[in-house]
Amino acid sequence: MIWETVRLSLRSIRRNVLRSFLTLLGIVIGVAAVIAMLTIGSGTTEKVKADISKLGSNLLVVRSGRPAGPGGPGGLDQVVRPLAEKDLEALVAHLSGARAISPASQKQVRVIFGTESLTSGVTGTDSAYLEARDWKLVSGRPFSDSETRSGTGVCLIGETVRQQFFGDGDPEGEIIRVNRTSCKIIGLLEAKGYTGFGQDQDNVVLMPLHAYQRRIAGNRDIDNIYIAADDRTPTSELQPRVEDILRDARRITPDRESDFAIRDMTQIADAMASATTTMTGMLGAVAGVSLLVGGIGIMNIMLVSVTERTREIGIRLAIGAHEKHILIQFLVEATVLSLLGGIIGILIGLALAGLASLTLTIPFAPSPAVILLAVGFSALIGMVFGFFPAMRGARLNPIDALRHE
Amino acid sequence: MAAGAPLITFDKVWKSYGQGEARVHALAGVDLAIKRGEFVAIMGPSGSGKSTAMNIIGCLDTPTAGTYSFMGIDAGRLDRNRRAMLRNLYVGFVFQGYNLLARTTAAENVELPLIYRGVASRERRNLAMQALAQVGLVGREHHTPAELSGGQQQRVAIARAIVTRPTLLVADEPTGNLDTARTHEIMELLTQLNTELGLTIAMVTHEVDVAGYAERTIRFLDGHVASDIMKVELA
Repeated sequence: MIWETVRLSLRSIRRNVLRSFLTLLGIVIGVAAVIAMLTIGSGTTEKVKADISKLGSNLLVVRSGRPAGPGGPGGLDQVVRPLAEKDLEALVAHLSGARAISPASQKQVRVIFGTESLTSGVTGTDSAYLEARDWKLVSGRPFSDSETRSGTGVCLIGETVRQQFFGDGDPEGEIIRVNRTSCKIIGLLEAKGYTGFGQDQDNVVLMPLHAYQRRIAGNRDIDNIYIAADDRTPTSELQPRVEDILRDARRITPDRESDFAIRDMTQIADAMASATTTMTGMLGAVAGVSLLVGGIGIMNIMLVSVTERTREIGIRLAIGAHEKHILIQFLVEATVLSLLGGIIGILIGLALAGLASLTLTIPFAPSPAVILLAVGFSALIGMVFGFFPAMRGARLNPIDALRHE
Repeated sequence: MAAGAPLITFDKVWKSYGQGEARVHALAGVDLAIKRGEFVAIMGPSGSGKSTAMNIIGCLDTPTAGTYSFMGIDAGRLDRNRRAMLRNLYVGFVFQGYNLLARTTAAENVELPLIYRGVASRERRNLAMQALAQVGLVGREHHTPAELSGGQQQRVAIARAIVTRPTLLVADEPTGNLDTARTHEIMELLTQLNTELGLTIAMVTHEVDVAGYAERTIRFLDGHVASDIMKVELA
């Protein structure tokens, strides 16, 4: 009987292909949006986690300025003191449990080669930077200690910079202009791709810190100090040691707050991941609203269908159909319709998410739970929004229904 | 039910619509009995109550007052679903406008009442084929109503009405949309079903010629039975 009804409803859906399709569209778009959003969202979360661990695993980042917290930035009495070379030296000399300690100062600068130009993130650093950030060279060599010390005009470039200036060609030995200073390329960095926030991590130029300070920044400041913990030391243990050494080096008396902040990238990774998860949930909810609209579309078309088929209902009632038969017939029809829409929507949603994962280079992370939920939810929508029209059909008086033109 | 007892009995049946001043009585205390195997024509001008009477006979409607009993059952007091069951088991319907499901083949149309009886699909198809053969439509079972003539469509409707082997056939102006030749064919078919299967037929018509096929003619006027004449008495 129920199978019979499903067949019947499939036939009535086929009879009105265009109308059924238009009705489905609401559900298709709704489900596709939800599936695409949630799949892309969970891919992004994975990507963010991976990105942040790519910044370097077990990484602490020190920057100047008071740690963010209640009360906001420090008062007037506390002028922000930048990090300096002696802070770095103190860390290198006294910190145990660190695998690599490296300074980095950054600025967006116009880089020129021949007639081409590109605004790139230029970082002044030393040879430990690559290790601290878990970054490898595809070709060439890192800065030597003497180059770092003397601030020689040499640099390492990211893949984006290479593509812009040299295509697939070998950039080694070429001279590029960074700001107003020239710089010889000695190595090519491994491609890292985009971050989850669409930032190109390969549009970079690395040069010795002293060269950067002298020729680009025009000061002796260090923006960040990267500290990579070794395998035996958790960052949570390393962090207070770093704080002690720096407070000492910067001569901060115990009654005063630190004028620098230490960020634990593992914590940030977790925070970011939970932020993207929240974002995903919100996007999913917004997409869910379109599902609701799709459901109303189904109700609308089922009402039309019941009115259109009043005579048919009359015939069925006259020859012995019970109320429940009519109710089930239209309920099944609405459910089959929205289920069909749900399945098409899932396929489209997954295709969209797949496409997005290709273009945004995030992992394709379809969730079986989400898909099952979408199937169940679209069936539910059909039932809920189909119920009122179906009930209306079932309650018809057969005499009136037969007289209906 | 005792042999010879009436299949259908109206005992002071009233059917009224509206309230107070505007109250209209479609049937005003009708007494009527139809026996098994009878072929009855019901006539009368519009508004005479004949359609209301037919709806009550077919268990589609219930009286406001009085008793309608069908096969000894007080059908006028049954709820919607019980009457639906009664119709499905014992009553076949033929309408003026055929009332077939569009874009549905003749065989599927005929099978329809069997679906609500829970008959298995193969058995349904067999019974539908038999019914179609009875009305002379072999070879047309896969045609949709749009591909059939009016006379053929009415034959499909008759097949649908008799596929359940009903006790009573209710026909509402069955030839109203047909020409004379087709009318004759359909009336011959109904007469044949009446005599060969012993099917009780109650038929509304406003054509005297058509009523002439029935053995008994009941005329309604203003909610009352105005005359009730047996054909043999006419002859």
